[in-house]
Amino acid sequence: MRLTASNLACRRGGRDVFADVSFSVGPGEALAIRGRNGAGKSSLLRMVVGLVRITGGRLALEGGDPELTIAEQAHYLGHQDAFKPSLLVRENLQFWTHFLGAEAAELSEPLAAVGLDTLADLPAAYLSAGQRRRLSIARLLAVERPIWLLDEPASTLDTAAQQSLAEFMAAHLGRGGVMLAATHGALGLPAARELWLGQAPSPLGGESCGEDGEVARERRRPHQALPPPPPAPPRKGVR
Amino acid sequence: MTALGALLVRDMRIALRVGGGALMGVLFFLVVAAMVPFALGPDLALLKRIGPAILWLAALLASLLALDRLFAADHEDGSLDLILMGRAPLELVVAIKGVAHWLTTGLPLVIAAPIVGLFLNLDALAEAALALTLLVGTPALTFIGLIGAAIAVTLRRGGLLLAVLVLPLTVPVLIFGVAAANAAVGGQVPFGTPFTVLCALTLASLVVGPFAAAAALRQEME
Repeated sequence: MRLTASNLACRRGGRDVFADVSFSVGPGEALAIRGRNGAGKSSLLRMVVGLVRITGGRLALEGGDPELTIAEQAHYLGHQDAFKPSLLVRENLQFWTHFLGAEAAELSEPLAAVGLDTLADLPAAYLSAGQRRRLSIARLLAVERPIWLLDEPASTLDTAAQQSLAEFMAAHLGRGGVMLAATHGALGLPAARELWLGQAPSPLGGESCGEDGEVARERRRPHQALPPPPPAPPRKGVR
Repeated sequence: MTALGALLVRDMRIALRVGGGALMGVLFFLVVAAMVPFALGPDLALLKRIGPAILWLAALLASLLALDRLFAADHEDGSLDLILMGRAPLELVVAIKGVAHWLTTGLPLVIAAPIVGLFLNLDALAEAALALTLLVGTPALTFIGLIGAAIAVTLRRGGLLLAVLVLPLTVPVLIFGVAAANAAVGGQVPFGTPFTVLCALTLASLVVGPFAAAAALRQEME
């Protein structure tokens, strides 16, 4: 299984967010998407699962189930946790495992893995932000999907939970999974490659490489520079 | 359990739990019906004559109450993203959410209608006819409302927009629902004529509603 993007461009609300982004992620590989706030990290992930329209370029998946779209073979962990406060922790997880099409809903194992097994019968409204995030991660463990798309997965997690998240990610990659993660901090995966959206910091550790140095660069990969985006023309019908 | 079955169970659970919309609709229905006799005064003949219309109007507004949260709540907490990504066709997902909404909001109105009818001096035949027309007509209100709920999904306070969008579309359902309820207790037209049209309106909304709402959701989410 290989997820390949060639010259992806994103335009939202009349503004060019990024252009000419190319990457290729194979089985067992992780790609860390980096960039400043507003560089389009989340938009890129949402584009992969079809929640943001592709403005230009191509996105292809080789070796997956040809009957299914990329989104149907992927887990998307966004900023929001997609849990209903009035439902119990167990009911929330049960719903998503059923909805995402898991045959047998074995919930105690993923709940124990994220350390929420003792809170399974508590309404999700009582969970803290970090516990909600851990419940989202339990969703990734309960349903097997070959592609993981994680948006700031470690935010709100404590150090121990970040550690176990890194273990879950390593196990997923060990099974031949594909992973894209947007992050500011370290992923905890030494082998992860990096894709920079917008200005990348210079290799010498400087702040940035100048105003005109807009690059979408993937380290240890052939990379391409892109010109600064043209000024966005006024457009009608922008929501 | 299939994806759609799980969705039906989840939506019904949410509606029946604390903060859900199930009880709100039927309470609103009861309050409106209880207030009308105070407003009109103790004119039993008048109450009897306009009773079905009052109850239909109350049912229409009650079924709109929880509708604006139907997709907006899922949008705000990110569930809608995962639902859109899912393998289940969006049209069926929307239809299932409509069914769950009707079972928790529309069906209690049908059950409460005979009790409420007592406040408005309706006799047994009128009450039965009213309950039957509500049973047939309230699904149309929900499924027409789905379209408005989908259009207002990204708006913080979409409730008013929803009412403005949806109420004009429900006028035919209201006309034929009240006409059928009145025809049962005497009138120029036989009961079957408006009742058949009401059935047709419901069947059409069951088909058009999910497709239009799914199209609106896809458009809104981009």
